[in-house]
Amino acid sequence: MGEPVRYIERIQCLYQGLGYPAYRWTVNETEPPWTPVTKPLRDCRLMLIASGGIYLAGQVAFHYKDDSSYRAIPKDAPASALRATHFAYDLANARRDLRCVFPLETLRGLAAEGFFGELASHAYTFMGGIYSTRRVNTELAPALVARAQEEKADLALLVPV
Amino acid sequence: MTSALDITQAVNPPRAAFLDYPLGQTAGKVGEPQLQRAIMIEALQAFVTLKQPGSVKMLPFKWSDSEDWKSTTFSTDSRLPRVDTPQYQYDEDRVLAESCDGATCAVCFEPPRP
Repeated sequence: MGEPVRYIERIQCLYQGLGYPAYRWTVNETEPPWTPVTKPLRDCRLMLIASGGIYLAGQVAFHYKDDSSYRAIPKDAPASALRATHFAYDLANARRDLRCVFPLETLRGLAAEGFFGELASHAYTFMGGIYSTRRVNTELAPALVARAQEEKADLALLVPV
Repeated sequence: MTSALDITQAVNPPRAAFLDYPLGQTAGKVGEPQLQRAIMIEALQAFVTLKQPGSVKMLPFKWSDSEDWKSTTFSTDSRLPRVDTPQYQYDEDRVLAESCDGATCAVCFEPPRP
């Protein structure tokens, strides 16, 4: 495997060239919280959380100005009713095959095979690119944690874009 | 899951699985469900195999034989304008959403303000 792209450095250069103020990246230097997984995967309930701006037809779509709301997508939602909207990544691929950013169908298949226990009742989606880390830390993230606890998820899989 | 290793290492989540692909396909290539399944199996196994807080599993998949994409990615700003109205994929989605009476809809959430 070659050297991974250094996005922080690259985006800093890009923004500087455009005359934008430097973006303040989140850097957590303390050891992250750790909850051991004590059950085998086949017994675990998994919640999918994705930041690719996914919504279900009938729901209000995300807007592009620091939208910190989220959507609940029922675990059996048909692929034909799922949509993607986002200001910061090329949506062409996601709109051709949403599984590349929102792997709900992939996970449904693996649950049916018994690779893991089951999906939580809902997947949760939001739109990344929220510049207010305060709103993410104090509003969005705690709300998603509460949903995971309410739905008794053992595992939370975050799929950013 | 992540395709931006340095950003993820800065955030330092409990566990991560890194897929060295261009951004926008964190869960696999478009139209390749068998590859998507294989990627997901490797990623999910990290839940039980990673034992150290902050560890990252390097997923064994390559985007292409060439690494040329790495030199051009994120070299231009292609973001769309920041607007504060819902941006629907299809106009019919707007019609459907605007017909929602609110009372029966429990699927669009605003996080509670502390």
